Amino acid sequence: MSVLKVQGLHASYRKNKVLHDVSFEVEQGSLTSIVGPNGAGKSTLLKVMLELHPKLSGDVSFFGSTLSQTKTRVGYVPQRGSVDWDFPTNALDVVMMGLYGRVGWLKWPNKSHKEKAMASLAQMGMADFADRQISQLSGGQQQRVFLARALVQDADLYFMDEPLAGVDAATERAIMTTLKNLKMSGKTVMVVHHDLQTVEDYFDHVLLLNRTVVAHGKTEDAFTKDNVYRAYGGSLRFMKEA
Amino acid sequence: MTYTGWILLTASLVGLSCGIVGVFLILRRMAMMADAISHTVLLGIVTAFLITRELNGPHMLIGAIITGLLTALLVQWFHSRGVQQDASIGVVFTTLFAIGVILIATQVGNAHLDTKHALMGEIAFVPWEVMNVPLLGEVPKATFMLAAVLLVVLVVILAFYKEWKITSFDPALAASIGIPVVLLHYVFMSMVSITTVASFDAVGAIMVVAMLITPAAAAYLWTDKLSIMLVLSGAFGVISAFAGYYVAVWLDTSISGSMAFATGIVFLVSFLLSPKHGVLSRYLYRYERPDQEEQQIDAVS
Amino acid sequence: MLNSLLSPNTQWVLLSTLILGMAAGMIGCLAYWKKQSLMSDALSHAALPGVVVAFALTGTKNLLFMIIGAAVSALIGAWLIGWIRSSSRIKEDTAMGMILSVFFGLGIMLLTIVNRTAGGNQSGLDNFIFGQAASMVRKDVFTMLALALLVIVIVTVAFKEWKLFLFDPDFARGLGLSSRWMNAIYMAVLVLVIVIGIQAVGVILMAAMLIIPAVSARYWTQSFRTMVILSAIFGGGSGLIGTLISTLGKGWPTGPFIVIASSVLFTVSLVFGSEKGLLIQALQLRSEKKKQVEDPSSSWTKVPAIREGE
Repeated sequence: MSVLKVQGLHASYRKNKVLHDVSFEVEQGSLTSIVGPNGAGKSTLLKVMLELHPKLSGDVSFFGSTLSQTKTRVGYVPQRGSVDWDFPTNALDVVMMGLYGRVGWLKWPNKSHKEKAMASLAQMGMADFADRQISQLSGGQQQRVFLARALVQDADLYFMDEPLAGVDAATERAIMTTLKNLKMSGKTVMVVHHDLQTVEDYFDHVLLLNRTVVAHGKTEDAFTKDNVYRAYGGSLRFMKEA
Repeated sequence: MTYTGWILLTASLVGLSCGIVGVFLILRRMAMMADAISHTVLLGIVTAFLITRELNGPHMLIGAIITGLLTALLVQWFHSRGVQQDASIGVVFTTLFAIGVILIATQVGNAHLDTKHALMGEIAFVPWEVMNVPLLGEVPKATFMLAAVLLVVLVVILAFYKEWKITSFDPALAASIGIPVVLLHYVFMSMVSITTVASFDAVGAIMVVAMLITPAAAAYLWTDKLSIMLVLSGAFGVISAFAGYYVAVWLDTSISGSMAFATGIVFLVSFLLSPKHGVLSRYLYRYERPDQEEQQIDAVS
Repeated sequence: MLNSLLSPNTQWVLLSTLILGMAAGMIGCLAYWKKQSLMSDALSHAALPGVVVAFALTGTKNLLFMIIGAAVSALIGAWLIGWIRSSSRIKEDTAMGMILSVFFGLGIMLLTIVNRTAGGNQSGLDNFIFGQAASMVRKDVFTMLALALLVIVIVTVAFKEWKLFLFDPDFARGLGLSSRWMNAIYMAVLVLVIVIGIQAVGVILMAAMLIIPAVSARYWTQSFRTMVILSAIFGGGSGLIGTLISTLGKGWPTGPFIVIASSVLFTVSLVFGSEKGLLIQALQLRSEKKKQVEDPSSSWTKVPAIREGE
């Protein structure tokens, strides 16, 4: 069953067109990496699908319905650098934010919400840091808090923007274990990923993007040398040297 | 109540409401928007006066909200058209403010409304402009308006506390779970506008910026908890109001200027001595953040 | 109006606001590309206590001393903003807002005391808040002219160095251009323009003279050189027009009229600008849509790869 269907999506950023005629479908229970060079529109694609960035045209449907009707079933993990980690709050509180949509207007989070958030922190191995101010966490720990926040949302479809960027090896393992567990329990995950070398080990599907879909499918079918070269063009050689 | 009592009460109300609103201003990186709105609100007041020919609370509040929102909208619009954010703020507020000043100079010619008063405030006159409030008797108009505004601010902040928190920290996530981020932004801008206009009589357009930003910034250096930061910021606002008043009486000078300066002193003390984020403690403990170390490792690998 | 134009003093005042507007327009471009437009606002407010202290110390309204006082206190403000930002979790905009308002508060405190103790003849000081070019005397005009010309010369002589410094500071360093020195000179000319401008337009609206012409010029060109020249023309033009209008009414403040003149120029640029104006963009969008209908792939394949922003 396809949980996400994108058809003919166009979008621009400032005056430049970043997404051109993007179409693809994602099956339930898949773990897809979105891969492409800088400026390929990876983050923009996530934002446009989530209606955080306007689209020019095209259709996105979630679970055969619109986003507004399925909002609680969709979870989003923004880039770690997109928030101010000096914000006066602690790890537990950040995880609780994942529940705010569910708590409802004019209500305060209660004990059961707190327990859920604690459990989710523990799942990411962060239970001991619940009271820690978020700026006192390492980059990897901050990313785990973000993951815990996504878990607590208990969504069916997750979008994650570079969760593995700049994290330590232990965090990378913890995050990948979590993603695989999500997949096992029938959830669908799409991850913007930057490390070409781990794509085959980590993900069962891949979406090669360079402003339009270059290739999409099972990793062994789509992640071929040819396709990667087509997505990255000349810049691949340059990247390998760097 | 005595004359001094009314002044201190009025100033404390300014300190409280500005202190509370200010916390979200600095966390949302909108400190300079506050500066902009505090100037443009003048245009709202003048326009309200020119239309109704009287200076009273509700008209001024409505005028302030309209110009405050207009400022926020224009800044946003120019920014979306490729003007840098702060240049866009600079263009909008100076223009609207200049229109306000010109209207006063050419149209108003009224003793009750002059630019100097609006810019610097005159809290010393506040206790004389009274109105009758049921049960309370005679209350200065400005004080009553400030109390009403404080009440509104408190109710709105507390009722939507978690929404303010999440939209300030992570607007992308907030939007993705269906919280109306844009609407809340404009509600917040309206709150800044009414707080500013209510504080006008007491401290004027520019010193209100000091009351809005500085106590909140000082509180930000003492705590890592949002709720405590709100309480501290309000308290710092009140302390500055009291200290400013007594210093002004002692030196026989402008009360509003002195209050603004007092917020600066409160900040300076926090900046130097705060055990958590002060300069002195950083110097003593050579405090280094763990993530900085890690980033270095990341960069190497 | 003709009468006032004929008066030699007015002519000098007009000349000085013209030159001042040009200098501010040029420096405004530097500030724009340093992304410090609002810094100029903070610094002009921060200058107030220095002006008052200089007056209190010398006891006369001597423009040169006041400029020194203003420069000292604006530079202290700039240094504090930098220090607060670099050694605490406070962000730059908060630091600017604090310095702006607290320094202004201190300035008002001092001003009240000075007005009370010195007694009479201080109306000139109030002009620092709103600006009153018409009240300037010949000597002030000469001082302003000289300083504004100095600023213009500094920008023109080292034009290509400024360009490098603003667009690619790392590359500039590679060429042996000391960014610390360039920064110091930049700060010095910025403060200089601000403190001489305060006399004409006042501390509150000084920022407009720096920001608005530069932003308007952006709508006409992509070249830095043309932007600086245009910005100088816009700034000078609005200085001239604003001052002229303010002489029409009794006690009309100069600053707001200069700002309005420059806002009108801005609006014209916004709508009709040849580079990013609303009109031209609307036309472009139209032709683009047409093109897309004819050949859907053409419009995006030509766009060079861009870096992904937010």
